[in-house]
Amino acid sequence: MSQTIATSPSIHLGTDYIGKPTSRVDGPAKVTGAAKYAAEFNVPGLLYGYIVSSPIAKGKITKIHAEPVLTLPGVVRVFSHENVPSLAWFDRSYKDDVAPGGSPFRPLHEPKIRFSQQPVALVVADTFELARYAASVLEIEYETEAHDTDLETKRDNGYEPARGKLGWVPPPPPRGNSNDAYHNAPHQHEAEYIHLAQHSNPMEMFATTVEWLNDGQKMNIFDKTQGAYNVQSYITKVFGLSKEEARVISKYTGGGFGSGLRPQHQVFLAVLAALDLQRSVRVSLTRQQMFSLGHRPHTLQYLKLAADDNGALAAVQHAALAETSRFEDFTENVVNWSGMLYQCENVKLDYQLAEIDANSPIDMRAPGAATGSFALESAMDELAYKVGIDPLEFRLLNYADRDQNLKKPFSSKKLRECYHQGAAKFGWDKRTPKPRSMREGNWLIGYGMATGVWDATQLNASAKACFDADGRLTVSSASNDIGTGTYTIMTQIAAQTLGLPLEAVTFVLGDTNLPEAPVQGGSMTAATVGTAVQAVCRAIGEKLLKLAQQMADSPLKGANFEDVQFVNGQIRRNEDTKQSVVIRDILPAAGEAQVEAETSTLPDLLKQSHYSLHSHNAVFAEVKVDEDLGTVHVTRVVNAVAAGRILNPKTARSQVLGSVVWGISMALMEESMMDHGFGRYMNHNLAEYHIPVNADIHNIEVILVEEEDDIVNPLGVKGIGEIGLLGVAAAIANAVFHATGKRVRNLPVSIDKLV
Amino acid sequence: MSQVSHALPTRPSVSLAPTQAVTLRINGQDHLLQIAPWTTLLDALREYLDLTGTKKGCDHGQCGACTVLINGKRINSCLSLAVMQQGEEITTIEGLGTEEQLHPLQQAFIDHDAFQCGYCTPGQICSAVGLISEGRARTEDEVRELMSGNLCRCGAYTNILNAVMEVVRNELKTGS
Amino acid sequence: MNSFTYFPAAAVDLAVREKVAHSNAAYIGGGTNLVDLMKENVARPTHLIGLKHLPLAAIENTTDGGLRLGALATNADTAWHPEVERRYPLLSQAILAGASPQLRNMATDGGNLMQRTRCYYFYDLATPCNKREPGTGCSAIGGYNRIHAILGASEQCIATHPSDMCVALAALATTVRVSGPNGERTIRFEDFHRLPGDQPERDNTLADGELITSLDLPPKGFATNYSYLKLRDRTSYAFALVSVAAALELDGNTITDARLALGGVAHKPWRDTAAEALLIGQPATADTFRRAAAKVVAGAQGHAHNAFKIELAKRAIVRAFKQATEMTPATDSNAFLNSNP
Repeated sequence: MSQTIATSPSIHLGTDYIGKPTSRVDGPAKVTGAAKYAAEFNVPGLLYGYIVSSPIAKGKITKIHAEPVLTLPGVVRVFSHENVPSLAWFDRSYKDDVAPGGSPFRPLHEPKIRFSQQPVALVVADTFELARYAASVLEIEYETEAHDTDLETKRDNGYEPARGKLGWVPPPPPRGNSNDAYHNAPHQHEAEYIHLAQHSNPMEMFATTVEWLNDGQKMNIFDKTQGAYNVQSYITKVFGLSKEEARVISKYTGGGFGSGLRPQHQVFLAVLAALDLQRSVRVSLTRQQMFSLGHRPHTLQYLKLAADDNGALAAVQHAALAETSRFEDFTENVVNWSGMLYQCENVKLDYQLAEIDANSPIDMRAPGAATGSFALESAMDELAYKVGIDPLEFRLLNYADRDQNLKKPFSSKKLRECYHQGAAKFGWDKRTPKPRSMREGNWLIGYGMATGVWDATQLNASAKACFDADGRLTVSSASNDIGTGTYTIMTQIAAQTLGLPLEAVTFVLGDTNLPEAPVQGGSMTAATVGTAVQAVCRAIGEKLLKLAQQMADSPLKGANFEDVQFVNGQIRRNEDTKQSVVIRDILPAAGEAQVEAETSTLPDLLKQSHYSLHSHNAVFAEVKVDEDLGTVHVTRVVNAVAAGRILNPKTARSQVLGSVVWGISMALMEESMMDHGFGRYMNHNLAEYHIPVNADIHNIEVILVEEEDDIVNPLGVKGIGEIGLLGVAAAIANAVFHATGKRVRNLPVSIDKLV
Repeated sequence: MSQVSHALPTRPSVSLAPTQAVTLRINGQDHLLQIAPWTTLLDALREYLDLTGTKKGCDHGQCGACTVLINGKRINSCLSLAVMQQGEEITTIEGLGTEEQLHPLQQAFIDHDAFQCGYCTPGQICSAVGLISEGRARTEDEVRELMSGNLCRCGAYTNILNAVMEVVRNELKTGS
Repeated sequence: MNSFTYFPAAAVDLAVREKVAHSNAAYIGGGTNLVDLMKENVARPTHLIGLKHLPLAAIENTTDGGLRLGALATNADTAWHPEVERRYPLLSQAILAGASPQLRNMATDGGNLMQRTRCYYFYDLATPCNKREPGTGCSAIGGYNRIHAILGASEQCIATHPSDMCVALAALATTVRVSGPNGERTIRFEDFHRLPGDQPERDNTLADGELITSLDLPPKGFATNYSYLKLRDRTSYAFALVSVAAALELDGNTITDARLALGGVAHKPWRDTAAEALLIGQPATADTFRRAAAKVVAGAQGHAHNAFKIELAKRAIVRAFKQATEMTPATDSNAFLNSNP
């Protein structure tokens, strides 16, 4: 046990890091427990807040008996709507960068109860245990009202959302005549596909530690979030603070998957208490309370697909009805993908919402697309059987070379290569088409496949860089690393851009004292922050070149920036690389301690506007289903992904491996069981909300089909956090059908649906 | 409409159990704590001793993030009371290795990219240390099953398996 | 979690005396279920009596040729004890199918019997539950009842007992030894846990102050033809939807003795001696097993979400006996667990 080995030195030939399988630079901190997450800053004099959650789904609080609790020695305060000081009044102050339309929920604002487990009070005490106990004995009286949480009863009460949110695109107008085309086609398929609500459940529970700084109103807010600036903007607006008073720090985030895109109520409560008590305060959610946060919405989808005898898609109709809260229109792109993934002239897409008495949903890994692709790709499989064509062949037949929604070509699209490479690796040709035709003892074997598509997005971002005289480069941007590998790939980009060894570069993130970056989500960080990092390093490079040219007998005199390269710690002339200057020598020679630069970058919208920008994938899955007992094992998955340039195949592969686990989870396990009698998720814990364990995961192969794409962004990256999830659930459900002849259209594919 | 009152049937008791002196031996070092019996081993580590490498992922024995070793055996520290662990040898992630001197499993986790967000990682590594000393896991299937007490929401299981297998194979080779 | 005092007991009689002396005390062994329930405020003892220092962790042979499992032996130490593996592999297999390695390292054998149900409503103070608060009603009836009982339930409660180990202990006809204020006594395993009836708050037949001291396995261990088959929502670390402990004694292909107990289907580990009787003297064939399975579920009653368990239980019983007959005791990921040298 005491045996230790030294870190093996990383072996690099040169400073070309982009595209290399670099190990995570934050790895040593994470494997030793040194990496500190939001609830781990043990500042002196810390108080603990414990949240009291509503047991009812709708109604109002009529009385809070705080006095007996306040007599407990060590209990400091009970916060509720009865004593929260007056805060910002208008909705806009509570709207964060990614808020959907409507009126955001305001914690402890009013006696009204809008959803079960709504936070209704915060008990603050000297210790965690005391706060927890005091919260458990805080008596609260409620008046209940009839609630309604069942989307299934609202098929006729849907409405088209008028109020969108960042990234939401309403379905494109219908094209062709899908009704006629459907009725006239020889092969038709229609069915409803359903999944219940799902919760992200990152391993780290939401938590905030507010460190009260004894100089005026200043706070360091250590928060679990996917966007430090988003939290800061929310806090400053709601509490009327300046940015200097509310520094938000989030260096390590124990998973997000979308749940941390919006400021969650624990940060509001912790700041509220800290400001009122002028003390440092920590508020952590319990795992049960994690189910009070947003979720992937319960969604009902109706698909109608038709094809001709040759297998050409004649009509696509895809309608979705998703739950939202009574106070916000949470929207996601569920159906749009069905108008662009396959070539079809007759398409009608509808997206509607219905209100229930639950908290607003929130983006959850591959929001919208994960939902839509399960339905579309299941329906495609069903239609392939009806036409009598192999499901892969059917997709190749209907391959879309242009995005028919946008009427534009793709900036790049190697989906065809994904199909071919994936099928070859998987051994798709060994599949016998008939359901129940492959078996091994008690096990029925099934092969299924499906496709996915996701946006390639770049937003605005800023970055700062500082190169100092002892050769160290520090680059910073207030982005985040929720496990995506941001620390590592930004370090690689910076090191390669300036030709420095990886060890000489530090990338800093997760702090509102750093230049602004958007929330980490939607697979856009590599493109967004990476572009800014590359640009700011070039700016440093230009400064270094100028200083190098001032050195005595500089071999770089007269060279333009384009004429030189930064490689192996040197600036060298392109045409004669022996004409070089050692980068570390430049600042000492110039007598400068450091050079600095700060840059903002934004997407080249003009260039992009002519194209459809998307990543794609093809997923092949093998399942073994026990014929009698209904147990399903996903024994093999091949996921071929085309997502532009891959900055780091090691971390990129991990993103896709994780996505496959998510897909297995979505296909076989995840459902938040809402008891409509109580309007409450009843399996609100990790024993009964099932996600895979190690024993559920078998052979997963990732194929990264690289694309060259100078349109999406200068780095050519499309992002890889979501695409790998798409198609996985459908491929598994399709494989289950192939194995058993049973089509499960309501997820998860659990034992009870197969017995 | 109806009235409901929600609270425990008991009124708060102002006579809370007093704190007591508890000595915990952690990573070879004795730590004297003044805590009440209601403090779990996990909270003692994180909130009283600033040993925050041990994580709280559910607080109910349903995720394994809080895994530590007691006398070399892996347990969920969230379900153990600190007062019950006096006199035992407690090993946490901080006791396995440092960033400069990594434990072979820590190195293997980095080499195999066996984590993403890193939050379940200390628990996974402590669990793997326990698994290896149990000596019951030799094959991939055995490691998968006996590492199933540690959830990883990022889904790094493939790489966790590979990292643990590398160390298991080395242990078998050196004939332990 | 409410406030409580902690008393580390040094001897069994001292522990019992302490328990009797306090109106709201609880014994704590490994704590894996009690601490969990205390955090949820489902259990609210004001005094805990620590058992870990009691000399009850040994696993040793009994004079009648059986094996005594000390109440404080951990589940892990029991499952991997050479005598248990050799003579009672059904028990090993059942233990290893439950919980996780970490929990099995903490949980004690006595504590395993004391586990309370995993019913969603029992655990959630926002909902009525007769088991938690007698007289408030059963929320699972008419609510979410996917994990609930199909056998032996009452109108007061349809909760299930969550243990795997206990299913094997029931099949093996274990005897529970307890110590109490009135001395020692033994309880037949099938009499230890209760059906809910109109007192669902009572899980077992222990009297006030009684403490489990050992689990005594009889000599007959069915070490050749046995199988513990567990069906659940994921491969590991999940409670059983249905589990089956099946054991046979065969003379050629004729069944000379049989044991059958189910988990995940009732308020207690569900041993069915009538079904066992149907097997004895019959050939070990699928037809025989199907008749026994039909007997087990003859009185089963399903609810909105758990009716599937009736058919699943039948199929699981047939499969488990088939595996027992063929000496291929395990399926799924625990297939390896009996292949250890």
